[in-house]
Amino acid sequence: MAQTYRSMLVDPMVDNNPITLQVLGVCSALAVTSSLQVAAVMALAVTLVTAFSSMFISALRSQIPSSIRIIVQMIIIASLVIVVDQALKAYAYEISKTLSVFVGLIITNCIVMGRAEAFAMKNPPVASFIDGIGNGMGYGLILLLVGFIRELFGSGSLFGITILPTVNNGGWYVPNGLLLLPPSAFFVIGLLIWGFRSWKPEQVEDREYRIQVVEAH
Amino acid sequence: MPDKDIDTNAPGTPAKAPGLIRRFLDTPPDNVGKTVAVALGLCLVASMVVSAAAVSLRPLQEKNAALDKQVNILQVAGLYEEGVDVAQAFAAFEPHVLELETGEFAEQFDATSFDDRAAASDPELSHTLDEDPAGIGRQSDYVTVYLLRDDAGALDKVILPIYGYGLWSTLYGFIALEEDANTIYGLQFYEHAETPGLGAEVDNPRWKALWRDKELRTEGGEGELAITVGKTVPPEGRDYYVDALSGATLTSRGVNNLVRFWMSDRGFEPFLERLRAGEI
Repeated sequence: MAQTYRSMLVDPMVDNNPITLQVLGVCSALAVTSSLQVAAVMALAVTLVTAFSSMFISALRSQIPSSIRIIVQMIIIASLVIVVDQALKAYAYEISKTLSVFVGLIITNCIVMGRAEAFAMKNPPVASFIDGIGNGMGYGLILLLVGFIRELFGSGSLFGITILPTVNNGGWYVPNGLLLLPPSAFFVIGLLIWGFRSWKPEQVEDREYRIQVVEAH
Repeated sequence: MPDKDIDTNAPGTPAKAPGLIRRFLDTPPDNVGKTVAVALGLCLVASMVVSAAAVSLRPLQEKNAALDKQVNILQVAGLYEEGVDVAQAFAAFEPHVLELETGEFAEQFDATSFDDRAAASDPELSHTLDEDPAGIGRQSDYVTVYLLRDDAGALDKVILPIYGYGLWSTLYGFIALEEDANTIYGLQFYEHAETPGLGAEVDNPRWKALWRDKELRTEGGEGELAITVGKTVPPEGRDYYVDALSGATLTSRGVNNLVRFWMSDRGFEPFLERLRAGEI
């Protein structure tokens, strides 16, 4: 086996992060990072769904007809997502209200499909499960980082606990309303990618083209 | 059976017909028959898992939704504190199904199980609105209201459900009125999807506190509907004015429209008139 279990778990954190290196799953990262609590639950849900869907797909991989493999993967992922959604509504009603449609949208999260197609179809179930956990945590790490910045500076709190008392509530901090809107996550994720690639220059992609100077005749 | 067939091809064992499951597993996945069989089998298993989860968790989910609604009713009536026994506190409320047009209680429905949301989309129990300031499309003919009586049995507060469209979403909430059926005690939305930090400030306790002691109508309830959410004080004066949310013009306008709609003749006014006359 090319990878150890440990590297499967740790690599997606920084070296092969699904958001900052592969730039997958950005859509949901925009939607659920305006507060840390929601980001944490979403990260947990994605981790569970990725791990279990990878495991089931991997267990079935020799039996999945290649002509319908994407549909088979989707059915497995969608069923798991529905189970997670139902469980959240039953056991964490408040949070399921804030997450609303985004739990359902885990189905379309590129990370889940990406791991199913790129890893689980070629590797045994246990390795796929660990790979799913690793990638889910890599996604969760970025979600929490972005959520930390957005909630702290957007509403002056962390996990709903006031850190910077805002003017609206009689404090001194004027919150940055932009950080509560989805576009701000683009800026934050962009800056994170810049930071990661300055720290680890090997992540910088090769240019696809180069401007050439052509001598004028 | 199929397990025995694993060693079918081991040296020395005479070849025999492999079992059905083994034969199926050995078929190349791209065979048409197998593709259909895998698709059908997977759909069957997945649908069973999903239905099992949905059915087994339904009672818990319904309990949560009911509890959430009760907590909101307690909050709008100012009776909610952290750690309070919700079911016990909620028992103080007297639920009634109200026929909006007449303002009479509709005793043919059981108020504890009547579903306002289902009624609003049931053609038997609702009507379409031609003029629709609250942006709700259909209005139910019947809604559940909650009465709170004091120890002597006199009316203390009345809690009315209200809803309407804001900027992005329908806001669902409750408004609590004092015993004069004209003074607002509180307003609270329990479900909406307005912009966090802007429109979602309808949840801000400081903004909600602005509603306390405002009046719906002039002349102690006999006059014109005057309550306004806006940027300028209406001619009737400050008692009828709630300052709009800054940065959330459209949500504020939505709240203004929906409160005015539900408090008008097409909303709760027939019922409020009876309350003011002391009939209930």
